[in-house]
Amino acid sequence: MAKITIEKDRCKACEFCIIYCKKGAIKLDKKLNKRGVHPAVFIDPDKCTGCVMCAIICPECCIEVFK
Amino acid sequence: MKRDRILMCGNEACGEGAVIAGCRFYAGYPITPQNELTAYMAKRMLELGGTFIQAESELAAINMVFGASVAGARAMTSSSSPGISLKQEGISYIAGCGLPAVIVNVMRGGPGLGNIAPSQADYFQATRGGGHGDYRTIVLAPASVQEVVELTRDAFGLADEYRMPVMVLSDGMLGQMMEPVDLVAANKAEVGKRSVEKPWALTGCKDREPNMIRSLLLKSGALEDWNNELQARYKTIEEKEVRYEALHEDESDLIIIGYGTCGRIAKSCVERARDEGLSVGMIRPITLWPFPKDIVRKAAEKAKAILVVEMSSGQMIEDVQLAIGERCKIEFYGRPGGAVPEEDVIFEKIRTLVSG
Amino acid sequence: MDKVFTRPNSLRDAETHYCAGCGHGIVHRLVAEVIDEMGLRERTIGIAPVGCAVLAYDYWNFDVTEAAHGRTPAVATGIKRVLPDRLVFTYQGDGDLAAIGTAETVHAANRGEDISIIFVNNGVYGMTGGQMAPTTLLEQKTATTPTGRDLKRDGAPLKISEMLAVLDGAVYIERTSVHSPAGVNKTKKAIERSFQTQMDKKGFSMVEIISPCPTYWGLTPRESLKWIEERIFKTYPLGVIKGK
Repeated sequence: MAKITIEKDRCKACEFCIIYCKKGAIKLDKKLNKRGVHPAVFIDPDKCTGCVMCAIICPECCIEVFK
Repeated sequence: MKRDRILMCGNEACGEGAVIAGCRFYAGYPITPQNELTAYMAKRMLELGGTFIQAESELAAINMVFGASVAGARAMTSSSSPGISLKQEGISYIAGCGLPAVIVNVMRGGPGLGNIAPSQADYFQATRGGGHGDYRTIVLAPASVQEVVELTRDAFGLADEYRMPVMVLSDGMLGQMMEPVDLVAANKAEVGKRSVEKPWALTGCKDREPNMIRSLLLKSGALEDWNNELQARYKTIEEKEVRYEALHEDESDLIIIGYGTCGRIAKSCVERARDEGLSVGMIRPITLWPFPKDIVRKAAEKAKAILVVEMSSGQMIEDVQLAIGERCKIEFYGRPGGAVPEEDVIFEKIRTLVSG
Repeated sequence: MDKVFTRPNSLRDAETHYCAGCGHGIVHRLVAEVIDEMGLRERTIGIAPVGCAVLAYDYWNFDVTEAAHGRTPAVATGIKRVLPDRLVFTYQGDGDLAAIGTAETVHAANRGEDISIIFVNNGVYGMTGGQMAPTTLLEQKTATTPTGRDLKRDGAPLKISEMLAVLDGAVYIERTSVHSPAGVNKTKKAIERSFQTQMDKKGFSMVEIISPCPTYWGLTPRESLKWIEERIFKTYPLGVIKGK
């Protein structure tokens, strides 16, 4: 059981975290953030293994991982 | 036995002046006629455990000095005219970052590659900043080998106090000629008193917040504020740091104004003229920026004419004009392209001007 | 639950000015992580370049200065010679390091200066609007190669790491990439090795990092990762180039 938190207003929606999440636990939000982009959101705590792939590829350093 | 006076050429004396000031970092690139200075620093830095780097270019040399200054060291580079043009990029950044540094220009004939003969054709470049942006460098112009030692020494204190580049403006004549130098006297001066703490230096942020040194100021109004701060600093320098040598400047019909090598010639002419009973005085600016405009203006109130002598087609004459306006007639004698004015020719001009 | 991944102390809590999918943010963080893990934050002096990364001093939480375009290794040389026991590194882009600053780079390496260069190669000038860089690929379109880089007209992509590798003063040079988590991990290890090389006073080292610039490649961030794998690696293969 693991989880991530994404600081949504820092996210620029590059989707790198989504591309490299093997479990498909992240997707783009339907709502816009204050930057005017659809930020990444964590959707599935059951799937997350805390592998940190999303966090290490995030250019904004806006993902924290808990395990 | 340690002798008080030793024979040195101006370029070597310049290096020793830096050593006296505690300079232990030198980076340079070979160019005539300043090569004795680079070779001297190579030897002295080795003896003193300092750093000497023969850089890959003048650009690299001035930026190594930038780095050494960032780290808090007293650092110097030197070159001659074409090399100083290359260094202007770094000098502008040093001014923009508010860093102390000493730059020596042993001037030679220009423009372009020019020649290797003594010249004073870099006056505009030295006194108007030289690189891009709205900045100044303090410019010190020695007229003897002893003065080369002392002004180079003082350049470091000025640079540290005002956190800005200071230029020692020498020429091929002063660099090459040999004169006795009193190093004991040069050492006795309180150079240390102008040495200041450098809490802004980058040394690693142990026990303090991180320091940042930069000249890029993008926030609205930030660059204007910084420029205004620099101008305030320059105003203080204009009030406090003007230096000159004057002889009979308040009682003569004709005042000769010349700096560096031309200042020496002017002095000989004044002595000769006085022997002949001619009413001639002189002012030799030692700081070219800040220019000694007050004394020049005062002399012009009394004098009938001013004779500006330069090894150029006329550059300092513009500062004289700015200082005195229409107060009295300004005559000029100068020789460009690495030619040195002859004392006899100047003396004849003096005679004509005084009797005419 | 324990926090297993968070922002390093050497990285300020600041939002960056970089475009979406730009690799600079990743490399900034890796540098900060390595400095924290090596316990060197209070002994580090970084030098930011001219280019997109000029504002790096707003993002790192240690002493940082900036250098004139390309003069970065000369500034690093001056700092390191005055403070030989500090960690001194430059952070440079391809234009800064391999065009306007080629002489400074080559000679710092040749002198074997104990400095580390973090060289971010994204094949394009970003800050000035996407012009051709020395590392732009053949046929790659940029603002100044509108029909693509032409071998005859513009020369071939410059392989500066391979050039530096022949110098005796350069002891460790590696090319890595931040296009994938595995690449990021390798890049971090390379930065650590470079910093350790410097602290051991072994000489000059450089890590060339292939990094995405979706904006001036005219691609989406997702496409830019593919571009790196399919196109860039053909010209710029990864691996240790010096110091195997």
